[in-house]
Amino acid sequence: MSALQRLFKFHGGVKPAYNKEASTGLPIAVAPASTLLVIPLHQSIGGMPRPLVKAGERVLKGQRIGGADGNASSAVHASTSGTVVAVEMRLMPHTSGLAALCVVIEPDGRDEWMERHPFDYRSASPTQTRDYLRDAGVVGLGGAVFPTHLKLNPGKQGKLDTLVLNGAECEPFITCDDVLMRERAETILKGAVIMRELLAAGQVLIGIEDNKPEAIAAMEIAARAVNQAAGDSAMKVVAVPTRYPAGGAKQLIRVLTGIEVPHGKRSTDYGVQCFNVGTAYAVYEAIALGQPLLSRIVTVAGNVSGARNYEVLFGTSMRDLIALCDPLPDSDRVIMGGPMMGLLMPSDDVPVVKATNCVLVGSKKLFPPPPPEMPCIRCGECAKACPSDLQPFEMYWFSRARIFGKAQEYNLFDCIECGCCAYVCPSHIPLVDYYRFAKSEIWAREIEKEAADVARERYEFRLLREEREKQEKAAKLAAKTAAGREKAAAALAEATKPAATPEEDAKKALIAAALERAKAQKEQVHPENVSNLTSEQQAEVDAIEARRAEIREMAKPHLRQDD
Amino acid sequence: MNNSPYFLKPASVQSVMLRVLVALLPGIAAYVWFFGAGILVQIVLASVTALVAEAVMLKLRGKPLMLFLSDGSALVTAWLIALTFPSIAPWWLTVLGTLLAIVVAKHLYGGLGQNPFNPAMVAFALMIVAYPLLMSQWPRVDATDFAVQWQAIFGNRQILDAVTMATPLDALRTVLRDPEQRAMIGGLLGTKATFGNVGGKGWEWIAAGYFLGGLYLLQQRIITWHMPAAFLATLCVISGAFALHDPERFAGPGFQLFTGGAMLAAFFIVTDPVSGATTPRGKLIFAGGAAVLTWIIRTFGAYPDGIAFAVLLMNIAAPLIDMYTQPPVFGHKDKRGGPP
Repeated sequence: MSALQRLFKFHGGVKPAYNKEASTGLPIAVAPASTLLVIPLHQSIGGMPRPLVKAGERVLKGQRIGGADGNASSAVHASTSGTVVAVEMRLMPHTSGLAALCVVIEPDGRDEWMERHPFDYRSASPTQTRDYLRDAGVVGLGGAVFPTHLKLNPGKQGKLDTLVLNGAECEPFITCDDVLMRERAETILKGAVIMRELLAAGQVLIGIEDNKPEAIAAMEIAARAVNQAAGDSAMKVVAVPTRYPAGGAKQLIRVLTGIEVPHGKRSTDYGVQCFNVGTAYAVYEAIALGQPLLSRIVTVAGNVSGARNYEVLFGTSMRDLIALCDPLPDSDRVIMGGPMMGLLMPSDDVPVVKATNCVLVGSKKLFPPPPPEMPCIRCGECAKACPSDLQPFEMYWFSRARIFGKAQEYNLFDCIECGCCAYVCPSHIPLVDYYRFAKSEIWAREIEKEAADVARERYEFRLLREEREKQEKAAKLAAKTAAGREKAAAALAEATKPAATPEEDAKKALIAAALERAKAQKEQVHPENVSNLTSEQQAEVDAIEARRAEIREMAKPHLRQDD
Repeated sequence: MNNSPYFLKPASVQSVMLRVLVALLPGIAAYVWFFGAGILVQIVLASVTALVAEAVMLKLRGKPLMLFLSDGSALVTAWLIALTFPSIAPWWLTVLGTLLAIVVAKHLYGGLGQNPFNPAMVAFALMIVAYPLLMSQWPRVDATDFAVQWQAIFGNRQILDAVTMATPLDALRTVLRDPEQRAMIGGLLGTKATFGNVGGKGWEWIAAGYFLGGLYLLQQRIITWHMPAAFLATLCVISGAFALHDPERFAGPGFQLFTGGAMLAAFFIVTDPVSGATTPRGKLIFAGGAAVLTWIIRTFGAYPDGIAFAVLLMNIAAPLIDMYTQPPVFGHKDKRGGPP
């Protein structure tokens, strides 16, 4: 099957030591739940879900505890049954060391499910299915945690040529997809069948790096069964050459189809969509079993003597997980993800989240500090290694010199931060750090500029308003004095009884017109989006206000006084 | 603690530079064989000068001494200077050239990685303008007496007449320029005592040594094929075209490639990444341009070889060449972004 597929090459890439054997020796084990599960509400790309539970409330396994905030967001659920002990700010599994709102659950040990119903996607509309997946919290499990329902849309054509399942798993140490494919190939492909239907995709290409023969074999057997049942040959398992970052979505699409999806474009515009194999598994569980995304396979590897893959409930502390694997005494850091792109954790007491494909324990021996940084000699090794065909050293010079416009001209934002350039650099320059710095500076400037634009608009509006108020005041004053004069004139007229002169009539008309104009103007500027509301709209506004107040209240103890 | 990636490929500037030095060894061996051990004296002189100058400049600039001194870049510059200067040049000429290269061309421009011009070529160009005669006295082939060369280097220039001659390239041009001596190229190049089989007796073997070293650099992926291929091919095409047009006035590609510093330039000089172009297309343009300029200066200019000026002129153009030859990035290889 795999021999027939024509493969394409992507530029660059590196071949670091893979270190995958250590964690594939044993089957997936289920990690016990921590004594407290800390479930961050914001676990995906997109809007921050709003908390749906309060401290003291009992929750069932699978119960929604965070509701998606709009469509570009994804729900979160209680990973097990228990009691909500707090909804509060907790340290996030992110290098920044920032805290965010979490639901803290004390498990009751009963692991009691809520009521589960399979979702009949065949009789539901595509929108209903996507909403269902959003509320089931299904997001991309390759590490980027992009909401899956947003990607399950065939685009303008209404159909796709190819659905790509990403089982490449190119990062050293990580084997969670490998073991998932070995042990649960059938379920993955059941998910792929559902996804294929939703996307109206012609074929399904499952790309797996050729250093995983067991996974390839297992997936091929499962694919053959699916093809036989369907009477077609849509599912193809393709062994792709082992070269980091072959598992980058764009790189894998390129290798399998020859199509290069440019930065900022949707792959569906090119007839392709790509999902991680773990995501397909989660889609099946959500739709066929009615089980929202509550856990994932996590590789624990690195400086541990018992590296292994675990099925871990979200919210489990990494510390508890690592303790299962006998960390070596010289361990000095925890990395979420692999050694090429992983994030350094601010502490080992952070929760496992949907993005946690690997908990990598590090030490000075395993990951020695880089040798001293030397100047760039423009040797071009980085350009040879860049899978995005960039000129990394040029971006480095411009980022370093803070000439961000130029860095952008050299396509800084096409950089996927895979780390190949820094990996090969003979001068040991932390190139990716320079790009992260440049990107964040550019974003900060854009935000600043936006803020400045808003401020300028506000200022201009204020000038306009002041001008208008001045005019109104003048008009009122004119009206008043005119009225006073009129009264006097009337009294005089009473006394003398002469007929009103046509001159005075004209004046009166003029004043009346001015009054009319002022009134009309006043009505015009009255903001209309909060008046004349239907009762539903009013209820919604009230709900939003209440929620905002609630979140403000919850966040209050965690904010510094000066905030 | 650092951010991702958390481990690096075991590569270093030092290892790159050391492999470049290793790649020069076959050429140096041929040099010693045909022209005597004087070149080794020059290499030592240039190396010591370069390291001392580098150390002083690093100290003055407040840079970490051992880190940069051990990177090997000063040694590469020094060896290239020794190999491009006459091996019987007076000691102070080599020392002065090396000082200019390290102090002015390298450190005053910002040190490693910052120099817009190839330091060894700056040294050569300045010295040949300042001391044209001394820079043109090359040892006679097979006059390998070390004692004589040692004396020539350290003071006694009287004995030089017996051991020097012009390079084949220089000799050819002089002869062709002189209406009275004007000989036909065929006859001239046939005199094997001076002109050897292809590029000058002895010279062609040194060139072969550099070629061998260049292949090693290619195999080690320190250089890419673009620069040497473009340099040699362009030199070949342009000299071949003119030789075809008038074989009595222009030497053919064989001579051009295997004489003077052509091979050294193709693999070791135009390939300097700091001062050269870096994009694939840019490398072709850069090296091709250097070859055209080299041929023009060799053929019509007043200096024995044109490589230094050619390379310096192209160095100026390198940033511009890079700017206009940026390769298309992922997804932008054609307008549809589809398969290229």
